[in-house]
Amino acid sequence: MEIAISIIIGLMILGALYAIHAKDLLSAVIACGIVGYGLVICFLLLKAPDLAIVQIVVETITLIIMVAVVLDSSREEQFSKPDLDGYLSIATTIVLIVVLFYFFKISIETLDVFGSGSLRMAGPYIEGATDKTGSANLVTGVVFDFRGYDTMGEATVLVTAVLGVLTILRIKGRK
Amino acid sequence: MKGMTIIVKKTTQLIAGIVFLYGIYVIIHGHLTPGGGFAGGVIVAGSFILLILAFGSNVMNLTKEELGSTMYENLATLVVIFLAVSGLLIGARVFFLNWLPKGNLGQLVSAGILPLYNIFVGIEVASSILTIFLALVIFKEEISE
Repeated sequence: MEIAISIIIGLMILGALYAIHAKDLLSAVIACGIVGYGLVICFLLLKAPDLAIVQIVVETITLIIMVAVVLDSSREEQFSKPDLDGYLSIATTIVLIVVLFYFFKISIETLDVFGSGSLRMAGPYIEGATDKTGSANLVTGVVFDFRGYDTMGEATVLVTAVLGVLTILRIKGRK
Repeated sequence: MKGMTIIVKKTTQLIAGIVFLYGIYVIIHGHLTPGGGFAGGVIVAGSFILLILAFGSNVMNLTKEELGSTMYENLATLVVIFLAVSGLLIGARVFFLNWLPKGNLGQLVSAGILPLYNIFVGIEVASSILTIFLALVIFKEEISE
């Protein structure tokens, strides 16, 4: 299974690289879809159908919205040569990537191997969730009962995102 | 945004209702089967987006729809927070308390308050995604006028 996931992740990286370098914006958007749908297959292989359903639905809607936007505006990418600020940002990005990767390497050594043994909090969740919440779907029981704060945070984040979209996209003021 | 050909319109008329019903099914069976408020809400929003893409934006009165969808979104979030606070008022006084009776495991009406959370989060997600799509359509046309 690890080999299959590695192959899919390789394909996702190829799709992301093509999306950066594509001349036509429509094919770049479609290539972004490779990343999302590859992630769906990864979730299914890792036995997480809840996440897979959410990912496939959100990916489809995002693709539709992006395609509609690209067809409405221009299909050509407006490219400009990087100046001094551009080179400064590139250097900062590379330094950040190196630092983040270093700390990731340090922290990953103290963790268990992926999938071996459950985490300390996961045991009581898996054993007691059905009795305590009465929900046959364990994921819903955890998401809306034990981790209710997280779900409320997600809901309010979505509201804030919509408010931001409405504020930024409205170029002409309301009459 | 202009509408599409008559073939697309007819197919959309046949399919959009079924997509809508499937979204409702995923939402209200969220505590029994995989899925739930987030996935079902996006499916419901997808049925409306399908209609708008097929029929064009001048068929429906989209400015009114945007006002409606923002209102439903904020109201649904408010209801979710009220449901969470209701745990503070009843019983053991814990935030997000599941105070309704649990019922039998595996039945549609069970799991106490969880289906209510699922339904209102579903409404909220559906109207949020629809609002973002409508904002892209409406404001684009306001500029080109």
